[in-house]
Amino acid sequence: MSGYFSALAAVQTLAELAAEDRRLVLVAQDFGPLRGFTERFPDRHIDVGISEENLVGVAAGLAHAGKLPFVLGMAPFVSMRGFEQIRDDCAYNRNNVKFLVPFAGLEAGPWGATHHAIEDIALLRSIPGLTLLSPADPNESLKAVRAAAVTDGPVYIRLGFLAPIDGYDAAFRVGEIVTLRDGADAAILATGSCVRTALAAHDALAARGVAVRVLNVHTLKPLDRGAVERAARDTGRLVTVEEHFVDGGLGGAVAEVLAELGAGRLRRVGVRDRFCTEVAPYPELLRIHGIDAAGVEAAVMELVA
Amino acid sequence: MPGPTDLTVLRRRATALRRHVVSIAAAQHCHLGGSLSCADLMAALFFDFLQLADTPERRRDRFLLSKGHAVHVFHACLAELGKIDAAELPESGRSGSRLGGHPTRRAPGVEFATGSLGHALSVGVGIAMAEQLDGSPSRTVVMLGDGELQEGTVWEAALCAPRFGLEHLLAIVDFNKFQSAGAVANVLPLDPLAEKWRAFRWNVREIDGHDMAAIVAALHALPAQQGPTVLIAHTVKGKGVPGIEGTARAHYTSLNEDEARRAYAALEPGA
Repeated sequence: MSGYFSALAAVQTLAELAAEDRRLVLVAQDFGPLRGFTERFPDRHIDVGISEENLVGVAAGLAHAGKLPFVLGMAPFVSMRGFEQIRDDCAYNRNNVKFLVPFAGLEAGPWGATHHAIEDIALLRSIPGLTLLSPADPNESLKAVRAAAVTDGPVYIRLGFLAPIDGYDAAFRVGEIVTLRDGADAAILATGSCVRTALAAHDALAARGVAVRVLNVHTLKPLDRGAVERAARDTGRLVTVEEHFVDGGLGGAVAEVLAELGAGRLRRVGVRDRFCTEVAPYPELLRIHGIDAAGVEAAVMELVA
Repeated sequence: MPGPTDLTVLRRRATALRRHVVSIAAAQHCHLGGSLSCADLMAALFFDFLQLADTPERRRDRFLLSKGHAVHVFHACLAELGKIDAAELPESGRSGSRLGGHPTRRAPGVEFATGSLGHALSVGVGIAMAEQLDGSPSRTVVMLGDGELQEGTVWEAALCAPRFGLEHLLAIVDFNKFQSAGAVANVLPLDPLAEKWRAFRWNVREIDGHDMAAIVAALHALPAQQGPTVLIAHTVKGKGVPGIEGTARAHYTSLNEDEARRAYAALEPGA
Protein backbone atom coordinates (compact mmCIF):
# COMPACT_ATOMS: atom_id res chain seq x y z
CA MET A 1 0.00 0.00 0.00
CA SER A 2 1.20 3.45 -0.83
CA GLY A 3 2.92 5.34 1.96
CA TYR A 4 0.11 7.83 1.56
CA PHE A 5 -2.44 5.21 2.57
CA SER A 6 -0.15 4.01 5.36
CA ALA A 7 -0.18 7.60 6.58
CA LEU A 8 -3.97 7.78 6.37
CA ALA A 9 -4.18 4.54 8.36
CA ALA A 10 -1.76 6.02 10.88
CA VAL A 11 -4.04 9.03 11.22
CA GLN A 12 -6.66 6.68 12.68
CA THR A 13 -4.13 5.65 15.30
CA LEU A 14 -3.43 9.33 15.92
CA ALA A 15 -7.15 9.90 16.49
CA GLU A 16 -7.15 7.13 19.10
CA LEU A 17 -4.13 8.70 20.79
CA ALA A 18 -5.67 12.18 20.53
CA ALA A 19 -8.75 10.97 22.39
CA GLU A 20 -6.49 10.00 25.31
CA ASP A 21 -3.96 12.82 25.09
CA ARG A 22 -5.22 16.38 24.86
CA ARG A 23 -1.77 17.60 23.87
CA LEU A 24 -1.79 15.80 20.54
CA VAL A 25 -2.20 17.99 17.45
CA LEU A 26 -1.89 17.09 13.79
CA VAL A 27 0.03 19.63 11.73
CA ALA A 28 -0.32 19.00 8.02
CA GLN A 29 0.50 20.63 4.72
CA ASP A 30 -2.29 20.77 2.16
CA PHE A 31 -3.78 17.38 3.02
CA GLY A 32 -7.39 18.52 3.39
CA PRO A 33 -9.72 16.96 5.95
CA LEU A 34 -8.33 13.70 7.33
CA ARG A 35 -11.17 11.30 7.91
CA GLY A 36 -11.28 9.92 11.42
CA PHE A 37 -9.37 12.85 12.88
CA THR A 38 -10.55 16.17 11.49
CA GLU A 39 -14.23 15.76 12.24
CA ARG A 40 -13.46 14.61 15.78
CA PHE A 41 -10.80 17.19 16.56
CA PRO A 42 -11.31 20.09 14.15
CA ASP A 43 -9.24 22.55 16.24
CA ARG A 44 -6.40 20.07 16.56
CA HIS A 45 -5.91 19.53 12.84
CA ILE A 46 -3.82 22.48 11.72
CA ASP A 47 -3.04 22.83 8.02
CA VAL A 48 -0.40 25.43 7.22
CA GLY A 49 -0.44 24.94 3.47
CA ILE A 50 2.52 24.21 1.24
CA SER A 51 5.40 25.53 3.30
CA GLU A 52 7.66 22.87 4.80
CA GLU A 53 9.98 25.19 6.67
CA ASN A 54 7.07 26.97 8.29
CA LEU A 55 5.38 23.62 8.90
CA VAL A 56 8.29 22.33 10.95
CA GLY A 57 8.88 25.65 12.73
CA VAL A 58 5.22 25.90 13.72
CA ALA A 59 5.31 22.33 15.00
CA ALA A 60 8.40 23.15 17.06
CA GLY A 61 6.58 26.12 18.58
CA LEU A 62 3.55 23.99 19.39
CA ALA A 63 5.79 21.44 21.09
CA HIS A 64 7.68 24.16 22.94
CA ALA A 65 4.38 25.35 24.40
CA GLY A 66 3.50 21.84 25.58
CA LYS A 67 1.64 20.28 22.67
CA LEU A 68 2.46 16.92 21.08
CA PRO A 69 2.53 17.72 17.35
CA PHE A 70 2.52 15.06 14.65
CA VAL A 71 3.63 16.57 11.35
CA LEU A 72 2.12 15.06 8.21
CA GLY A 73 4.05 15.97 5.08
CA MET A 74 5.83 14.50 2.09
CA ALA A 75 9.16 12.82 2.89
CA PRO A 76 11.30 14.49 0.19
CA PHE A 77 10.14 18.01 1.03
CA VAL A 78 9.88 17.76 4.80
CA SER A 79 13.34 16.19 5.09
CA MET A 80 15.14 18.51 2.70
CA ARG A 81 13.36 21.86 2.87
CA GLY A 82 12.56 21.36 6.53
CA PHE A 83 15.99 20.03 7.45
CA GLU A 84 17.32 23.08 9.24
CA GLN A 85 14.10 23.52 11.18
CA ILE A 86 14.23 19.85 12.18
CA ARG A 87 17.83 20.30 13.26
CA ASP A 88 17.60 23.68 15.01
CA ASP A 89 14.03 24.10 16.16
CA CYS A 90 13.17 20.48 16.94
CA ALA A 91 16.37 18.62 17.87
CA TYR A 92 18.73 21.35 19.11
CA ASN A 93 15.93 23.03 21.05
CA ARG A 94 14.78 19.59 22.29
CA ASN A 95 11.21 19.84 21.08
CA ASN A 96 8.97 16.84 20.99
CA VAL A 97 7.88 16.88 17.34
CA LYS A 98 6.86 13.71 15.49
CA PHE A 99 7.02 13.37 11.72
CA LEU A 100 4.80 11.10 9.70
CA VAL A 101 6.11 11.25 6.16
CA PRO A 102 4.84 9.18 3.23
CA PHE A 103 6.60 9.00 -0.14
CA ALA A 104 9.87 7.85 1.39
CA GLY A 105 12.10 6.11 -1.15
CA LEU A 106 11.27 5.77 -4.83
CA GLU A 107 7.52 5.36 -4.48
CA ALA A 108 6.78 8.52 -6.48
CA GLY A 109 8.32 6.65 -9.44
CA PRO A 110 7.62 8.52 -12.69
CA TRP A 111 6.87 11.77 -10.88
CA GLY A 112 10.61 12.06 -11.07
CA ALA A 113 13.72 12.67 -9.04
CA THR A 114 12.36 15.80 -7.34
CA HIS A 115 9.79 13.60 -5.63
CA HIS A 116 12.09 10.74 -4.62
CA ALA A 117 13.18 10.72 -0.98
CA ILE A 118 16.44 8.85 -1.09
CA GLU A 119 18.53 11.24 1.03
CA ASP A 120 16.40 11.52 4.16
CA ILE A 121 18.13 8.74 6.11
CA ALA A 122 21.53 10.29 5.47
CA LEU A 123 20.31 13.74 6.44
CA LEU A 124 18.37 12.84 9.56
CA ARG A 125 20.92 10.31 10.79
CA SER A 126 23.25 13.28 11.29
CA ILE A 127 20.97 15.00 13.82
CA PRO A 128 21.75 14.33 17.50
CA GLY A 129 18.82 13.26 19.63
CA LEU A 130 16.53 12.43 16.72
CA THR A 131 14.92 9.02 16.41
CA LEU A 132 14.52 7.69 12.87
CA LEU A 133 11.97 4.93 12.32
CA SER A 134 11.29 3.01 9.12
CA PRO A 135 8.53 0.44 9.62
CA ALA A 136 8.38 -2.62 7.38
CA ASP A 137 4.64 -3.11 6.92
CA PRO A 138 1.36 -1.25 7.51
CA ASN A 139 0.78 -2.90 10.86
CA GLU A 140 4.25 -1.97 12.04
CA SER A 141 3.60 1.63 10.93
CA LEU A 142 0.83 1.90 13.48
CA LYS A 143 3.10 0.48 16.17
CA ALA A 144 5.74 3.02 15.18
CA VAL A 145 3.22 5.84 15.62
CA ARG A 146 2.35 4.65 19.11
CA ALA A 147 6.04 4.25 19.96
CA ALA A 148 6.80 7.74 18.63
CA ALA A 149 4.13 9.28 20.86
CA VAL A 150 5.92 8.02 23.97
CA THR A 151 9.51 8.52 22.76
CA ASP A 152 11.20 11.62 24.07
CA GLY A 153 12.41 14.09 21.44
CA PRO A 154 11.85 14.38 17.69
CA VAL A 155 10.88 11.19 15.87
CA TYR A 156 10.77 10.83 12.09
CA ILE A 157 8.66 7.95 10.75
CA ARG A 158 9.62 7.15 7.19
CA LEU A 159 6.73 5.61 5.28
CA GLY A 160 7.41 3.89 2.00
CA PHE A 161 5.23 1.63 -0.15
CA LEU A 162 4.38 -1.06 2.36
CA ALA A 163 2.55 -4.35 1.96
CA PRO A 164 1.62 -6.67 4.83
CA ILE A 165 4.22 -9.26 5.79
CA ASP A 166 2.39 -12.52 6.43
CA GLY A 167 2.54 -13.66 10.01
CA TYR A 168 4.65 -10.73 11.15
CA ASP A 169 3.51 -9.17 14.40
CA ALA A 170 6.67 -8.73 16.47
CA ALA A 171 6.74 -6.35 19.42
CA PHE A 172 8.03 -2.95 18.32
CA ARG A 173 10.84 -1.67 20.48
CA VAL A 174 12.58 1.51 19.35
CA GLY A 175 16.26 0.81 18.68
CA GLU A 176 15.95 -2.98 18.46
CA ILE A 177 16.48 -4.85 15.22
CA VAL A 178 13.98 -7.69 14.69
CA THR A 179 15.25 -11.06 13.43
CA LEU A 180 12.74 -12.42 10.91
CA ARG A 181 14.71 -15.43 9.66
CA ASP A 182 17.88 -17.00 10.97
CA GLY A 183 20.74 -18.38 8.94
CA ALA A 184 24.50 -18.76 9.22
CA ASP A 185 25.77 -18.06 5.69
CA ALA A 186 25.00 -14.34 5.51
CA ALA A 187 22.75 -11.68 6.98
CA ILE A 188 20.49 -9.29 5.11
CA LEU A 189 19.74 -6.05 6.89
CA ALA A 190 16.73 -4.37 5.34
CA THR A 191 14.59 -1.38 6.17
CA GLY A 192 11.06 -0.29 5.29
CA SER A 193 9.63 -1.72 2.09
CA CYS A 194 12.86 -3.63 1.48
CA VAL A 195 12.18 -6.05 4.32
CA ARG A 196 9.72 -7.90 2.07
CA THR A 197 12.34 -7.86 -0.67
CA ALA A 198 14.82 -9.41 1.73
CA LEU A 199 12.35 -12.13 2.69
CA ALA A 200 11.79 -12.97 -0.97
CA ALA A 201 15.56 -13.17 -1.48
CA HIS A 202 15.82 -15.37 1.60
CA ASP A 203 13.43 -17.90 0.08
CA ALA A 204 15.20 -17.89 -3.28
CA LEU A 205 18.56 -18.36 -1.55
CA ALA A 206 17.19 -21.16 0.64
CA ALA A 207 16.19 -23.00 -2.52
CA ARG A 208 19.85 -22.75 -3.57
CA GLY A 209 21.01 -24.08 -0.21
CA VAL A 210 22.13 -20.73 1.19
CA ALA A 211 20.81 -19.91 4.66
CA VAL A 212 20.55 -16.19 5.42
CA ARG A 213 19.51 -14.27 8.47
CA VAL A 214 16.97 -11.54 7.71
CA LEU A 215 16.97 -8.50 9.96
CA ASN A 216 14.32 -5.77 10.00
CA VAL A 217 16.06 -2.49 10.78
CA HIS A 218 12.93 -0.55 11.72
CA THR A 219 15.00 1.90 13.73
CA LEU A 220 17.76 3.53 11.70
CA LYS A 221 18.73 5.85 14.54
CA PRO A 222 19.72 4.90 17.12
CA LEU A 223 21.07 1.93 15.18
CA ASP A 224 21.11 -1.39 17.01
CA ARG A 225 24.89 -1.81 16.85
CA GLY A 226 24.77 -4.98 18.92
CA ALA A 227 22.60 -6.80 16.39
CA VAL A 228 24.77 -5.59 13.50
CA GLU A 229 27.92 -6.75 15.27
CA ARG A 230 26.37 -10.13 16.11
CA ALA A 231 25.38 -10.59 12.47
CA ALA A 232 28.93 -9.73 11.41
CA ARG A 233 30.48 -12.12 13.92
CA ASP A 234 28.02 -14.95 13.28
CA THR A 235 27.97 -14.83 9.48
CA GLY A 236 30.86 -12.61 8.39
CA ARG A 237 28.82 -11.53 5.35
CA LEU A 238 26.31 -8.69 5.41
CA VAL A 239 24.03 -7.24 2.75
CA THR A 240 22.03 -4.06 3.29
CA VAL A 241 18.87 -3.23 1.32
CA GLU A 242 17.15 0.14 1.18
CA GLU A 243 15.23 2.53 -1.03
CA HIS A 244 17.83 5.20 -0.47
CA PHE A 245 21.33 6.13 -1.51
CA VAL A 246 23.63 3.46 -0.15
CA ASP A 247 26.09 6.18 0.81
CA GLY A 248 24.86 7.71 4.03
CA GLY A 249 21.87 5.40 4.26
CA LEU A 250 21.51 2.04 6.00
CA GLY A 251 24.44 0.80 3.91
CA GLY A 252 26.59 3.66 5.14
CA ALA A 253 25.48 3.18 8.74
CA VAL A 254 26.31 -0.55 8.69
CA ALA A 255 29.64 0.14 6.97
CA GLU A 256 30.56 2.48 9.81
CA VAL A 257 29.83 -0.22 12.39
CA LEU A 258 31.81 -2.84 10.48
CA ALA A 259 34.78 -0.53 9.97
CA GLU A 260 34.98 0.15 13.70
CA LEU A 261 34.45 -3.52 14.49
CA GLY A 262 37.09 -4.61 11.99
CA ALA A 263 35.06 -7.63 10.93
CA GLY A 264 32.61 -8.66 8.25
CA ARG A 265 32.32 -8.14 4.50
CA LEU A 266 29.55 -6.00 3.09
CA ARG A 267 27.51 -5.51 -0.08
CA ARG A 268 25.02 -2.66 -0.27
CA VAL A 269 21.83 -2.76 -2.32
CA GLY A 270 20.23 0.61 -2.95
CA VAL A 271 20.58 3.64 -5.15
CA ARG A 272 24.13 4.33 -6.28
CA ASP A 273 25.47 7.85 -6.67
CA ARG A 274 23.09 9.10 -9.35
CA PHE A 275 19.58 10.50 -9.71
CA CYS A 276 16.83 8.07 -10.71
CA THR A 277 15.90 9.88 -13.91
CA GLU A 278 14.35 6.93 -15.75
CA VAL A 279 10.63 7.44 -16.40
CA ALA A 280 9.16 4.22 -15.08
CA PRO A 281 6.51 2.93 -12.70
CA TYR A 282 7.74 2.35 -9.16
CA PRO A 283 8.34 -1.44 -9.32
CA GLU A 284 10.20 -1.02 -12.60
CA LEU A 285 12.33 1.77 -11.14
CA LEU A 286 13.30 -0.50 -8.26
CA ARG A 287 14.27 -3.22 -10.73
CA ILE A 288 16.37 -0.80 -12.81
CA HIS A 289 18.30 0.13 -9.68
CA GLY A 290 18.68 -3.48 -8.56
CA ILE A 291 16.53 -3.00 -5.46
CA ASP A 292 14.64 -6.28 -5.83
CA ALA A 293 14.92 -9.88 -4.70
CA ALA A 294 17.20 -10.74 -7.63
CA GLY A 295 19.51 -7.86 -6.74
CA VAL A 296 19.70 -8.92 -3.12
CA GLU A 297 20.21 -12.55 -4.08
CA ALA A 298 23.07 -11.59 -6.38
CA ALA A 299 24.68 -9.48 -3.65
CA VAL A 300 24.54 -12.39 -1.19
CA MET A 301 25.94 -14.82 -3.77
CA GLU A 302 28.87 -12.46 -4.41
CA LEU A 303 29.83 -12.81 -0.76
CA VAL A 304 29.07 -16.50 -0.40
CA ALA A 305 30.72 -17.65 -3.59
CA MET B 1 -0.13 52.53 31.10
CA PRO B 2 3.17 53.71 32.58
CA GLY B 3 3.45 57.36 33.54
CA PRO B 4 6.35 59.74 32.77
CA THR B 5 8.27 58.53 35.80
CA ASP B 6 8.08 54.96 34.59
CA LEU B 7 9.22 56.05 31.14
CA THR B 8 12.28 57.62 32.76
CA VAL B 9 12.94 54.34 34.54
CA LEU B 10 12.65 52.45 31.27
CA ARG B 11 14.98 54.90 29.52
CA ARG B 12 17.53 54.31 32.29
CA ARG B 13 17.16 50.57 31.75
CA ALA B 14 17.86 51.04 28.05
CA THR B 15 20.99 53.01 28.92
CA ALA B 16 22.03 50.26 31.32
CA LEU B 17 21.54 47.67 28.57
CA ARG B 18 23.70 49.71 26.19
CA ARG B 19 26.45 50.05 28.79
CA HIS B 20 26.45 46.27 29.23
CA VAL B 21 26.70 45.82 25.47
CA VAL B 22 29.59 48.29 25.36
CA SER B 23 31.35 46.23 28.05
CA ILE B 24 31.27 43.28 25.65
CA ALA B 25 32.45 45.27 22.63
CA ALA B 26 35.28 46.72 24.73
CA ALA B 27 36.50 43.16 25.29
CA GLN B 28 36.04 41.61 21.86
CA HIS B 29 34.55 41.82 18.38
CA CYS B 30 30.81 41.32 18.56
CA HIS B 31 27.55 42.05 16.76
CA LEU B 32 27.39 45.46 18.39
CA GLY B 33 25.15 47.58 16.18
CA GLY B 34 22.13 45.29 16.08
CA SER B 35 22.20 44.95 19.87
CA LEU B 36 22.31 48.71 20.39
CA SER B 37 19.56 49.43 17.86
CA CYS B 38 16.93 47.41 19.72
CA ALA B 39 17.99 48.29 23.27
CA ASP B 40 15.03 50.62 23.85
CA LEU B 41 12.61 48.01 22.53
CA MET B 42 14.21 45.35 24.72
CA ALA B 43 14.01 47.57 27.80
CA ALA B 44 10.29 48.16 27.22
CA LEU B 45 9.66 44.46 26.59
CA PHE B 46 11.62 43.06 29.52
CA PHE B 47 10.93 45.72 32.13
CA ASP B 48 7.38 46.73 31.29
CA PHE B 49 5.51 44.49 28.86
CA LEU B 50 6.44 40.82 29.28
CA GLN B 51 5.34 38.62 32.15
CA LEU B 52 8.44 36.46 32.35
CA ALA B 53 7.36 33.76 34.80
CA ASP B 54 4.47 31.32 34.91
CA THR B 55 1.92 32.07 37.62
CA PRO B 56 -1.01 29.93 38.78
CA GLU B 57 -3.35 32.31 36.94
CA ARG B 58 -1.47 32.77 33.71
CA ARG B 59 1.31 31.17 31.72
CA ARG B 60 4.33 33.33 30.95
CA ASP B 61 4.78 35.44 27.85
CA ARG B 62 7.48 34.28 25.51
CA PHE B 63 10.21 36.24 23.78
CA LEU B 64 12.10 34.86 20.78
CA LEU B 65 15.13 36.65 19.42
CA SER B 66 14.90 35.73 15.77
CA LYS B 67 17.82 38.04 14.96
CA GLY B 68 19.95 35.87 17.20
CA HIS B 69 23.16 37.82 16.65
CA ALA B 70 21.69 40.62 18.81
CA VAL B 71 22.27 38.20 21.67
CA HIS B 72 24.36 40.72 23.60
CA VAL B 73 21.45 43.01 24.44
CA PHE B 74 19.44 39.89 25.33
CA HIS B 75 22.17 38.79 27.74
CA ALA B 76 22.27 42.38 29.05
CA CYS B 77 18.56 42.02 29.90
CA LEU B 78 19.31 38.78 31.72
CA ALA B 79 21.99 40.61 33.70
CA GLU B 80 19.57 43.44 34.58
CA LEU B 81 17.02 40.82 35.62
CA GLY B 82 19.63 39.25 37.90
CA LYS B 83 19.54 35.92 36.06
CA ILE B 84 23.23 36.19 35.22
CA ASP B 85 26.09 38.28 36.59
CA ALA B 86 27.02 41.41 34.61
CA ALA B 87 30.65 40.38 35.03
CA GLU B 88 29.93 37.41 32.76
CA LEU B 89 29.13 39.65 29.81
CA PRO B 90 32.67 40.63 28.72
CA GLU B 91 33.59 36.95 28.99
CA SER B 92 30.99 35.98 26.35
CA GLY B 93 32.29 33.37 23.94
CA ARG B 94 35.34 32.62 26.07
CA SER B 95 36.15 29.16 27.27
CA GLY B 96 33.68 27.99 29.91
CA SER B 97 31.28 30.92 29.50
CA ARG B 98 27.59 30.10 29.34
CA LEU B 99 27.07 33.08 27.04
CA GLY B 100 27.68 32.44 23.35
CA GLY B 101 27.46 34.51 20.20
CA HIS B 102 23.83 33.53 19.71
CA PRO B 103 21.15 32.71 22.28
CA THR B 104 21.45 29.20 23.67
CA ARG B 105 19.62 27.51 26.48
CA ARG B 106 22.79 27.39 28.53
CA ALA B 107 21.94 30.95 29.52
CA PRO B 108 19.16 31.05 32.12
CA GLY B 109 16.16 32.94 30.78
CA VAL B 110 16.64 32.12 27.11
CA GLU B 111 13.33 30.68 25.91
CA PHE B 112 14.52 29.35 22.56
CA ALA B 113 17.94 28.94 20.95
CA THR B 114 18.25 30.83 17.68
CA GLY B 115 20.98 31.80 15.26
CA SER B 116 20.12 30.82 11.74
CA LEU B 117 17.93 33.65 10.51
CA GLY B 118 14.30 33.30 9.57
CA HIS B 119 13.33 30.60 12.06
CA ALA B 120 11.64 32.20 15.04
CA LEU B 121 8.52 33.71 13.49
CA SER B 122 7.29 30.22 12.56
CA VAL B 123 8.15 29.00 16.04
CA GLY B 124 6.31 31.99 17.47
CA VAL B 125 3.29 31.16 15.33
CA GLY B 126 3.32 27.64 16.78
CA ILE B 127 3.60 28.90 20.36
CA ALA B 128 0.82 31.42 19.81
CA MET B 129 -1.36 28.66 18.28
CA ALA B 130 -0.80 26.47 21.33
CA GLU B 131 -1.75 29.31 23.68
CA GLN B 132 -4.80 30.10 21.57
CA LEU B 133 -5.90 26.44 21.62
CA ASP B 134 -5.75 26.58 25.41
CA GLY B 135 -7.63 29.87 25.58
CA SER B 136 -4.59 31.50 27.18
CA PRO B 137 -3.93 35.26 26.90
CA SER B 138 -0.15 34.75 27.06
CA ARG B 139 1.75 36.73 24.49
CA THR B 140 4.44 35.67 22.07
CA VAL B 141 6.91 38.30 20.92
CA VAL B 142 9.36 37.71 18.06
CA MET B 143 12.15 40.22 17.41
CA LEU B 144 13.19 40.25 13.76
CA GLY B 145 16.02 42.01 12.01
CA ASP B 146 15.50 43.96 8.81
CA GLY B 147 18.13 42.05 6.86
CA GLU B 148 16.52 38.90 8.18
CA LEU B 149 13.34 39.76 6.27
CA GLN B 150 15.20 38.67 3.14
CA GLU B 151 14.71 35.09 4.35
CA GLY B 152 11.72 33.49 2.62
CA THR B 153 10.71 31.59 5.73
CA VAL B 154 9.74 34.86 7.42
CA TRP B 155 7.10 35.35 4.74
CA GLU B 156 5.85 31.78 4.99
CA ALA B 157 5.19 32.48 8.65
CA ALA B 158 3.78 35.94 7.87
CA LEU B 159 1.31 34.36 5.44
CA CYS B 160 0.38 31.70 7.98
CA ALA B 161 -0.21 33.70 11.17
CA PRO B 162 -3.30 35.77 10.21
CA ARG B 163 -5.00 32.63 8.89
CA PHE B 164 -5.20 31.45 12.49
CA GLY B 165 -6.06 34.74 14.17
CA LEU B 166 -3.28 34.87 16.78
CA GLU B 167 -4.09 38.25 18.32
CA HIS B 168 -1.48 37.62 20.99
CA LEU B 169 1.40 37.26 18.53
CA LEU B 170 3.60 40.32 18.14
CA ALA B 171 6.43 40.62 15.64
CA ILE B 172 8.85 43.51 15.99
CA VAL B 173 11.11 44.53 13.12
CA ASP B 174 14.25 46.28 14.32
CA PHE B 175 14.53 48.33 11.15
CA ASN B 176 18.05 49.69 11.61
CA LYS B 177 18.71 49.90 7.85
CA PHE B 178 21.98 47.96 7.84
CA GLN B 179 23.00 44.36 7.31
CA SER B 180 26.40 42.68 7.20
CA ALA B 181 27.38 43.90 3.75
CA GLY B 182 26.09 47.44 4.18
CA ALA B 183 22.83 49.32 3.75
CA VAL B 184 19.78 47.10 3.37
CA ALA B 185 18.57 49.50 0.67
CA ASN B 186 21.68 48.68 -1.38
CA VAL B 187 21.81 44.94 -0.78
CA LEU B 188 18.13 44.03 -1.21
CA PRO B 189 15.61 46.77 -0.43
CA LEU B 190 12.55 46.00 1.68
CA ASP B 191 10.44 49.02 0.76
CA PRO B 192 7.55 49.37 0.96
CA LEU B 193 7.82 47.36 4.15
CA ALA B 194 4.63 48.36 5.98
CA GLU B 195 2.60 47.72 2.84
CA LYS B 196 4.06 44.23 2.56
CA TRP B 197 2.92 43.29 6.06
CA ARG B 198 -0.48 44.93 5.49
CA ALA B 199 -0.89 42.93 2.31
CA PHE B 200 -0.22 39.82 4.41
CA ARG B 201 -3.13 40.94 6.65
CA TRP B 202 -1.15 41.95 9.72
CA ASN B 203 -1.95 44.89 11.95
CA VAL B 204 0.93 47.24 11.27
CA ARG B 205 2.29 50.05 13.44
CA GLU B 206 5.33 52.10 12.56
CA ILE B 207 7.15 53.81 15.38
CA ASP B 208 10.42 55.48 16.25
CA GLY B 209 12.16 52.58 17.96
CA HIS B 210 14.09 54.93 20.22
CA ASP B 211 11.06 56.88 21.48
CA MET B 212 10.22 55.12 24.72
CA ALA B 213 6.79 56.72 25.02
CA ALA B 214 5.90 55.59 21.50
CA ILE B 215 7.20 52.05 22.14
CA VAL B 216 5.26 51.66 25.36
CA ALA B 217 2.10 53.14 23.83
CA ALA B 218 2.31 50.69 20.93
CA LEU B 219 2.82 47.73 23.27
CA HIS B 220 -0.05 48.74 25.49
CA ALA B 221 -2.38 49.04 22.50
CA LEU B 222 -2.17 45.23 22.15
CA PRO B 223 -3.88 42.97 21.44
CA ALA B 224 -5.50 44.17 18.26
CA GLN B 225 -9.14 43.32 17.57
CA GLN B 226 -8.21 40.71 15.03
CA GLY B 227 -5.01 39.04 13.91
CA PRO B 228 -1.34 39.41 14.75
CA THR B 229 0.50 42.70 14.99
CA VAL B 230 3.84 43.80 13.61
CA LEU B 231 5.67 46.77 15.01
CA ILE B 232 8.03 48.27 12.47
CA ALA B 233 10.49 50.09 14.67
CA HIS B 234 12.67 52.58 12.85
CA THR B 235 15.99 52.49 14.61
CA VAL B 236 19.61 53.52 14.21
CA LYS B 237 22.25 50.84 14.04
CA GLY B 238 24.76 51.27 16.84
CA LYS B 239 22.45 53.76 18.61
CA GLY B 240 24.04 55.56 21.55
CA VAL B 241 27.70 54.95 20.76
CA PRO B 242 29.47 57.95 19.19
CA GLY B 243 31.40 57.17 16.03
CA ILE B 244 29.54 53.89 15.57
CA GLU B 245 25.96 55.11 15.35
CA GLY B 246 24.45 54.80 11.90
CA THR B 247 27.54 53.29 10.31
CA ALA B 248 28.07 50.04 8.45
CA ARG B 249 30.98 49.29 10.77
CA ALA B 250 28.51 49.01 13.66
CA HIS B 251 27.35 45.58 12.48
CA TYR B 252 30.32 43.61 13.80
CA THR B 253 33.12 45.38 15.57
CA SER B 254 34.93 45.99 18.82
CA LEU B 255 35.61 49.26 20.62
CA ASN B 256 39.13 50.37 21.47
CA GLU B 257 39.88 51.90 24.85
CA ASP B 258 39.23 55.44 23.70
CA GLU B 259 35.99 54.54 21.92
CA ALA B 260 34.74 52.62 24.94
CA ARG B 261 35.52 55.58 27.22
CA ARG B 262 33.59 57.94 24.96
CA ALA B 263 30.73 55.44 24.73
CA TYR B 264 30.43 55.20 28.52
CA ALA B 265 30.53 59.00 28.76
CA ALA B 266 27.70 59.28 26.22
CA LEU B 267 25.69 56.65 28.07
CA GLU B 268 25.48 58.18 31.51
CA PRO B 269 23.53 55.90 33.85
CA GLY B 270 21.28 58.69 35.15
CA ALA B 271 20.42 60.02 31.71
